Amino acid sequence: MKHILMATGALALSLAPLHAQNFDDPEEFAKQQEQLAAEPMGPADQPWLQHIGDAMVETADLGVEAPATVCFSNAGVNNPWRVVGYTNMTEEVANHESIGEFIHVDAEGSDDKQIADIDDLLAGGDCDVMIVSPNTTAALTPAVERACEAMPVIVFDRGVNTDCPVTFVHPVGGYGFGIQGAEFIADNVDEGGNVLMLRILPGVDVLETRYSAGRRILDEAGLNIVGAEFTDGDNAKTKSIVEDYLMRGEIDAVWMDAGATAVAAIEAFEDSGYEIPVFVGEDQQDFLRKWQDEGLTAIAPTYPTFQWRTAVIAAAHVIEGEAVPGPEWVLPQPAITQDNLDEYVNPAMPPLHYAMCGCEDMANYPGAWGGN
Amino acid sequence: MTERTETRGLFSRLPQINPVWVLLAALIVAIIFMNPGFVEPTGYMNFLKRAAPLAILAAGQVYVITSGGFDLSVGSLITLVVVGSSMLTNNDPTATYWVIPVMLGIGLGTGLVNGLVVCFLRVPSLIATLGMMITLNGLAFMWSGGAPRGYLPDTFRFFGRELIRDVPLVRFIPVSVIVLIVVVGLFAWLMHRTNLGRQVHAIGDNPVAARLAGVSVNRTRITAFMLSGLSGAIAGILLGGFAGVSTDVGTGYELQAITAAVLGGAQLLGGRGSVPAALGGALALTAIFTLLNFLGLPQPVRQVVQGLILIAAVALAMHRRKQTGT
Amino acid sequence: MSLAEDTPPRKTGFRFERWAPLILLGGALVIYVIVALATGQAQYLTFDNLIAILGRSIALGITAVGQTFVILVASIDLSVASLISATAVLASVVMDGSPAMIVPAVLAALVLGGVVGVTNGIVVSVLKVNPLIATLGMSLIIQGCLSAFVSNFAGEVPAAFQVFAYGEVGPFPIALLFLAGLAVLAWIVLRFTKFGSDMYAVGGNEEAARFAGIKTGRIVVLSHVICSVCAAIAGLYLASRLRSGAPWIGSDGVYDLESIAVVVIGGTVLAGGRGGIWGTMAGMLIFSLIDSVFNIAGVDSFAKQVLRGIIIVAAVAFYAIRSKRIVA
Repeated sequence: MKHILMATGALALSLAPLHAQNFDDPEEFAKQQEQLAAEPMGPADQPWLQHIGDAMVETADLGVEAPATVCFSNAGVNNPWRVVGYTNMTEEVANHESIGEFIHVDAEGSDDKQIADIDDLLAGGDCDVMIVSPNTTAALTPAVERACEAMPVIVFDRGVNTDCPVTFVHPVGGYGFGIQGAEFIADNVDEGGNVLMLRILPGVDVLETRYSAGRRILDEAGLNIVGAEFTDGDNAKTKSIVEDYLMRGEIDAVWMDAGATAVAAIEAFEDSGYEIPVFVGEDQQDFLRKWQDEGLTAIAPTYPTFQWRTAVIAAAHVIEGEAVPGPEWVLPQPAITQDNLDEYVNPAMPPLHYAMCGCEDMANYPGAWGGN
Repeated sequence: MTERTETRGLFSRLPQINPVWVLLAALIVAIIFMNPGFVEPTGYMNFLKRAAPLAILAAGQVYVITSGGFDLSVGSLITLVVVGSSMLTNNDPTATYWVIPVMLGIGLGTGLVNGLVVCFLRVPSLIATLGMMITLNGLAFMWSGGAPRGYLPDTFRFFGRELIRDVPLVRFIPVSVIVLIVVVGLFAWLMHRTNLGRQVHAIGDNPVAARLAGVSVNRTRITAFMLSGLSGAIAGILLGGFAGVSTDVGTGYELQAITAAVLGGAQLLGGRGSVPAALGGALALTAIFTLLNFLGLPQPVRQVVQGLILIAAVALAMHRRKQTGT
Repeated sequence: MSLAEDTPPRKTGFRFERWAPLILLGGALVIYVIVALATGQAQYLTFDNLIAILGRSIALGITAVGQTFVILVASIDLSVASLISATAVLASVVMDGSPAMIVPAVLAALVLGGVVGVTNGIVVSVLKVNPLIATLGMSLIIQGCLSAFVSNFAGEVPAAFQVFAYGEVGPFPIALLFLAGLAVLAWIVLRFTKFGSDMYAVGGNEEAARFAGIKTGRIVVLSHVICSVCAAIAGLYLASRLRSGAPWIGSDGVYDLESIAVVVIGGTVLAGGRGGIWGTMAGMLIFSLIDSVFNIAGVDSFAKQVLRGIIIVAAVAFYAIRSKRIVA
């Protein structure tokens, strides 16, 4: 039994690298590095309206009339990032009179279910415009192609392997996220310093690119990567892993591909009686607060949740017949640093709230996001 | 084949030793070999601290398994307890004193509902607690709107996070280890020194005979589920304390708890189970994870090893039972 | 439960157990219609929509057909979700976009399913390991082996094979017709073959079946093979539908627990020996209808979970509450 499974696996191993998506693409890396430095177009105080690059798509001939029904096929609201994003989205919908009805279907993290959801919406949803946040890129491509035949489609967060949507809204990307954190470590830790890399899980495109970019920069800076461990996004596991590393040797910096467990990792240093080293987290309030309280040397790259607003704005533009940035609407991807930390820390917000939400000026802030 | 004769010889010479302790001892020797730092208090105390939630869960799960059922709802219960505590304490350190009893109450209540559904709606516990698992998970998210709203104050986190320092011999003891000793001690006493324990065994072994012998089958079964729920709430308080707020703390703990109980020789579908052995099972399972971690093996290998050990342990137990004719 | 207790006391009159799945299905359908009308969305009541609903849970339906067989012999299979991922990845990697490799890929997936089934069956019936533990262990082993080698979508399914998930004959999707055919086949096996009646006997009372001269071990192994082969087919279907296979598609769809829930909602008893394939099909439809009702009514996804959990328990209670047995 085991042999057969192993043989099957070995077969997969021998074939898989030929087809696996390339998560370490120097061209994409260079492009995103450039985009991080680029000056985005649009109002600087409203990053969710900004775009990098000047290509636009005309929408006047798409034939949608206001008020229109916008249908949203959501991959899921199964983590706090998506919860904050979805709140942004529903609040943004209220800002647009051209959106008559907003229908939301939630695929609960399953590709199969999301395909069925899109088919259901096409069969009877009376949708005029569809927004899709794909659960995975490859699997949702056919469903999005079918939707494109029926109506204008806007895709955000993860993309699809087709250019049929009107536009694909996304921030700079995973390489950019990895670059920001790793460059901060390279600037603040001496050559030869020990870096622990903590990752959520393998195989997820947006996380793999963060890691490959981070690793590339840390290697180039001559830092010593003591380990790259998967935490499953689990606080208890993260804390245990860091404790184990601390029993074995010194750590000068911690790089993370997502900040959800950053505070647990910091606590492992505290509870074991060590100085907190240079840290890369994310824009969650609990991390930002810890950073401020303890005076850490840290950075919080973001994968901004304000892109959920942008997707709705793009849909409204389509209904109103205005041009939208496309075929890709590349949003800026700001990092939170020591300089602007105070702007983002807000003790009134829940610990798992993502600060880079661009939602502070919205009507129901902070209540709708769970703040006091 | 030589292996089999060897184990048989060992068992016939030491019939009273549960093999889980042999396994645990072997694993600990291997860990010490890999990482001599384990004999330091930091090493073994961290290990015990990490094992505490699972060990407590397993001690509760043993009651349900011995009575003939399963409790799949404890993982979601942990999530609910952590999320709920963060909602209720709402950053107020003084709230801990009433929030913890409320959480223990939620644990007992969950068990009560599980037990009532099994006993009176006659839904098999696998399905009843599966439904409870899905429902509690949804409730935790509904309560918090998807993400917990408050921080867990340090007073709440005391049980899972703090250490008692300057203890002679061991230098320090994590509070969670004390909780572990007290709770497992209590559960063991209830199971092996009281009438309740005998009744739990009796209804798991043969519910009809137990009823004829005057055991209140329903009351005993409900009590078993309530103890399991209580253990889930305690584990949730420890995990929330150890690691802070998050939304998927409990995921997977139900199967780990069942695995730990089974490693300790508890018989699925009832009639046999021991709290100390389940503790051994939980420690062994944690030791396996720790060892594989030290060996630097990736997650997939850990899964395979866990799967093989699980099947092997039960197959071995069945083989022994056939040999001894019990 | 002895065999004698299982046979109904009289042949005539209303037999609750036989009609219960239909009653539940009818109830779900009525709720669906009411919700669609009450929310003013009558467009959801068309034939196209009915087909879309029927097509929602093909993968779950195929898996549940197999799960019915193991539950009927009082076993259970928690390894189906991992197996679905494994066969989907295997098929997609072997095909690798080439239509010529479709047949070898399908065969490879079915063989993998068969091997897993035989192993599960032997561990359960020969080593006497509790099926829950045996298949949970198997699930971990498969998932571990799989994720050791693949961590994302691997390989590609050629267009010719996508016909399985996307092709249509007249108004009917091919996959739906396939599921219907599979269900009929399963019904014939259960109703008209010796293997079928032996399965009910083994599930009802294994010891009595053995005394009656039935090779119980063989029946259990065969049921597990059928279950795993069905899971392999579900994996093929998902590979066709998603155009590729990834190591998480089975666990993301929660096909292990959901297939069990579908089977028991369809009236098949977890203790074995009673139930059938049409109940399972009704269970699958109930799941699809509930999903659609949630979508139409715009139920918040967390409330959805709560309701789903309660519905599963309530549906099973609907059958079980009349029983006088002690359950655990």
